[in-house]
Amino acid sequence: MYRYDEFDRTFVTQRVEQFREQVARRVSGELSEDEFKPLRLTNGLYLQLHAYMLRVAIPYGTLSSRQLRRLAFIARRYDRGYGHFTTRQNIQFNWPTLGEVPDILAELAEVEMHAIQTSGNCIRNTTADATAGVAADEIADSRIYCELIRQWSTLHPEFSFLPRKFKVAVTGSGRDRAVTAAHDIGLRLKRDADGRTGFEVLVGGGQGRTPILAVTIREFLPAEHLLSYLEAVLRVYNQLGRRDNIYKARIKILVRETGTAEFARLVEDEWAHIRDGDLALPEGEIARIRDYFAPPPHEALDDACPELDAQRAANRAFDAWVRSNVEAHKRPGYAVATVSLKPHGGIPGDASADQMEAVADLADAFGFSEIRVTYKQNLLLPDLRKRDLFAVWRGLTEAGLATANSHRLSDIIACPGLDYCNLANARSIPIAQMISTRFADLEREQEIGNVTVNISGCINACAHHHVANIGILGVDKKGKEFYQVTLGGAADETAAIGDIVGPAFDEDAIVGAVETVVDVYLAERRDAAEPFIDTYRRIGIKPFKEKLYAAR
Amino acid sequence: MPHTAITANRLLDGFVIYLTAVGGWSESLADAAIAATEAELDALQAAAERDARAGRVIGPYAFDVQPGADGPVPLGQRETLRTLGPSVRTDLGYQATRR
Repeated sequence: MYRYDEFDRTFVTQRVEQFREQVARRVSGELSEDEFKPLRLTNGLYLQLHAYMLRVAIPYGTLSSRQLRRLAFIARRYDRGYGHFTTRQNIQFNWPTLGEVPDILAELAEVEMHAIQTSGNCIRNTTADATAGVAADEIADSRIYCELIRQWSTLHPEFSFLPRKFKVAVTGSGRDRAVTAAHDIGLRLKRDADGRTGFEVLVGGGQGRTPILAVTIREFLPAEHLLSYLEAVLRVYNQLGRRDNIYKARIKILVRETGTAEFARLVEDEWAHIRDGDLALPEGEIARIRDYFAPPPHEALDDACPELDAQRAANRAFDAWVRSNVEAHKRPGYAVATVSLKPHGGIPGDASADQMEAVADLADAFGFSEIRVTYKQNLLLPDLRKRDLFAVWRGLTEAGLATANSHRLSDIIACPGLDYCNLANARSIPIAQMISTRFADLEREQEIGNVTVNISGCINACAHHHVANIGILGVDKKGKEFYQVTLGGAADETAAIGDIVGPAFDEDAIVGAVETVVDVYLAERRDAAEPFIDTYRRIGIKPFKEKLYAAR
Repeated sequence: MPHTAITANRLLDGFVIYLTAVGGWSESLADAAIAATEAELDALQAAAERDARAGRVIGPYAFDVQPGADGPVPLGQRETLRTLGPSVRTDLGYQATRR
């Protein structure tokens, strides 16, 4: 796990006490809301539609069982018994009261967590590959670099007031498990011809009202230059990014308007001045951080596990869960399991305090006390012995966390939408609930195969609907909710922005529209091995459009 | 002019509140003062701004309502949800304790 150094510990504790005073001054009337708002946002405290919302950073989505238990305790003691995990691998509490937020932050500080830089125009928590350290295909453990980025970007004085917020994503291999193309900076670990570890560097990706995929500005950046190169990118953006228009302030607009080649030249020029300075990462420093993430004491096991095979043969529900929710681990005899926070008809990403504790208990019993939060708003147990999978599945089943739908249609990403969010135009969660209820038959889900469905309640696109195979965007038309459908987006290494299929559907018609899209796919696919996105790329939008609007 | 009421969020918990005819704030839209003329709206807005400056409430604004026998009904989905609470997790949302 990552660890605080002394600086982190002292600073975070001081910050909590500082915020406690600021809250007291706000309550006493000494501070106005205009004065207080930037202070609360700096500490992750938003005001939403019905209440305050506290967004807590989960550094690159890694949690110890102790930390997850503390989140459960906070949910129960200070909130309403649940929390909401987000696509940015953070957690949000929907009902904290202002006076208790300093206590919550103190609880978090005790387990090396905080809510700093979860808001504002600064560098936010790094989006990470949830299978870092255990994925069979990874070039290197991306957590090492996420941690270096965390240390460098935390309270970086030069980059605390950027033109707009800034998000970095790191994936551990050529397979993109961190949506790098939709981030301000995307880093893909790779090796050069000499076997050195480094990154392909992408910049200028983003969603919102102007979705743009990131472009590569450097094919290979040696790992020791990571921080100086990031500093060069940020410095160019900080100097040239627009501050006059919030809709044009993200780096994606700067890169597009400057041109990829010219932007890359500006970065390289800046980098030439600083590349061999204080930010160079000697191998010793990388090794020091690598030690934080030393693998747990795995046993030497055979990869074959007859016990597991027998349990799968004897129990269909378990077998279905293994097929959809269990992935290969780099160590023989081990496996990675997704803990679904997407029960059919449930709220994507929500977990109750009891559920968080159940996962923490299972992590302690079977998984070296480690948990990850995934981009898809699920949890993940990264280090399980194959022979323990049945016991883990039983524990998850008891906690209502064993839906066998990872990567399937009902594994929907949804933002909080108009049920909670002050910016939203339409509700997202009830649409996700209706769709996952309609597709609740696991055999049908399995027949449909892997497909991504993302639902955003406004054009800010927190649910990344632009890069979903089936994207749904809620819009407000004269006070009524409507839903626009996009098809063909992709969030992996074949990243693509979806195409708008046509006029929006109302709440009563949107689930039927998704069903029609699925029916067209099932009728048109070459065979069961051709996933939705491949069929879409082969046949295009027209057959979908024709069926969707045939009756109009 | 459509009928309007004034809403804000309460300082201590962020809950949705409505300006009442006696110059206080209530969690219930049924208690809200309703303005039918520009002059009435101006008076309500002035009172709300005073309370915002005094730090009692956050971000007051006016919104359209339809007067009815059981009290005013908000127009539009956003204000409907602000009145009722989230349409999901109604077992845990503020409507569970409030109404």
